[in-house]
Amino acid sequence: MIHLPPFAATVTIASLYGVLFLSTLIILLLKRMRPEADFSEVTTRTNSWWVMITIFSLAVILERGAAIIFLGFISFLAFKEYLSLIPTRRADHRILLWAYLSIPLQFFWVYNYWYGMFIVFIPVWIFLLLPMRMVTIGATEGFLRAAGTLHWGLMITVFNLSHAAYLLSLPQIDNPMAGSVGLLLFLVILTQFNDVAQYVWGKTLGRRKIVPAVSPKKTWEGFLGGVATTAVVGFFLAPYLTPLEGWHSLIAGAIIAASGFIGDVIVSAVKRDIGVKDCSNFIPGHGGILDRVDSLTVSAPVFFHYIFYLYTGPRLESLL
Amino acid sequence: MSHILRYLFFFLVVRPLSYVILGLNVRHAERLPKNGPAIIIANHNSHLDTLVLMSLLPLSVLPKLRPAAAGDYFLRNRWLAWFATEIIGIVPVARTQKGGNPLAGCFEVLRANDILILFPEGSRGEPERMQRLKQGISVIARKFPNAPITPVFLHGLGKSLPKGEVILIPHFCDVFVGKPIARTESNQDLIGTINDSLAALEKEGDFPAWE
Repeated sequence: MIHLPPFAATVTIASLYGVLFLSTLIILLLKRMRPEADFSEVTTRTNSWWVMITIFSLAVILERGAAIIFLGFISFLAFKEYLSLIPTRRADHRILLWAYLSIPLQFFWVYNYWYGMFIVFIPVWIFLLLPMRMVTIGATEGFLRAAGTLHWGLMITVFNLSHAAYLLSLPQIDNPMAGSVGLLLFLVILTQFNDVAQYVWGKTLGRRKIVPAVSPKKTWEGFLGGVATTAVVGFFLAPYLTPLEGWHSLIAGAIIAASGFIGDVIVSAVKRDIGVKDCSNFIPGHGGILDRVDSLTVSAPVFFHYIFYLYTGPRLESLL
Repeated sequence: MSHILRYLFFFLVVRPLSYVILGLNVRHAERLPKNGPAIIIANHNSHLDTLVLMSLLPLSVLPKLRPAAAGDYFLRNRWLAWFATEIIGIVPVARTQKGGNPLAGCFEVLRANDILILFPEGSRGEPERMQRLKQGISVIARKFPNAPITPVFLHGLGKSLPKGEVILIPHFCDVFVGKPIARTESNQDLIGTINDSLAALEKEGDFPAWE
């Protein structure tokens, strides 16, 4: 089942470990030099990164089907976390089962290269099916809130995240350096890199608040610095991992950064509405799964449709 | 034979169920007793409560874990009775039977230096709602003053598998372990102290509505 991913993808994974190894070394050195300071937070965070990067790399090294199952499992965890946070109705117990069942189906369409079903299944079919099933149960009090919150959660945690998996099923885009795995690596690495870049720019230069009511610590300087840095990194990374060239790769980095920011603040707004700081404590030092993939929930569909537009064109006949 | 089956069931079914399908958010697992005689008490919402509590402790402790459960419910037919006593390892409490001490099995567990898991509410009741505690726990406590009583508050399992439902819905569950209940000589108002400590544990969480 294990096959070596294309050369550039292997090098990228190796470099991820390089960065991780370096940060662990730096933390160890800092601990030596300043034994009185508390590094427990950053240590748990880094340890979690070791685990996350290892699981992610294994999933990528495995064949396409296994990688899609892995991404489906991430969707399952994120959706479960969402359901555990929001108020639900007792009457909807069985409805939630239907909602859960949409996850394996959605990822099956991805595996099956069935783009037409993949793109309408949750926005159309599940959107119609869940309220219909709820009507047969007959509880009308809080109906709209229940139907609305449930479908919104499926869109964010299942539909949007499944776009990252569909990158593995795109029709053979000519990408000899890294294959379709390259596109997934490009998306995930840049999304996570942008989180860090925005944080660092915001910490060093941040002054003007960008969305004070939702995330008081986020600033315009952090946002723009992150977008610019991620665009440049994308520009240099794209030739190895993607078929993108020149301007297209610069724009790819910029839209991943901008949409990642939007995903981050949307999940923050949800957490603020519910009144929690983290979605759970599933990943030590990071919070929940949803806290880790918040940026990806928006950057995945945006990057996917950017690639899809560039390589299949605006008209349907190119698909046929 | 059933000894091996018990390990396998807990390793292959109960743990994956608790940690992967449900997902547990455990606070202070280190407060749980690993040696008997000891009593773990918890609020009761779902059949899952027992399984989750039993998967909090290492597998090596499994032979010591004995959940008290309703004899009239779990011994109602041969197959269920075999599963409940041999695999789960319940001690039946005779809730309805007249004559004899319904708690005799619980005394037996503590006398053998095992760990008793007990739901002082006596039944699951309305899911995610606390009921009045029954007197059973104070009877046991009076007889075994040296067995520490560790309270655990469970949240979310009633949502995953409420009473009367057969379909399990994955749901993150909170498990808050409290400090052992402070005991006085006479065990007076033990029920009140237990109630207070469970209520205090419940306050640690901020749970969404479920109507």
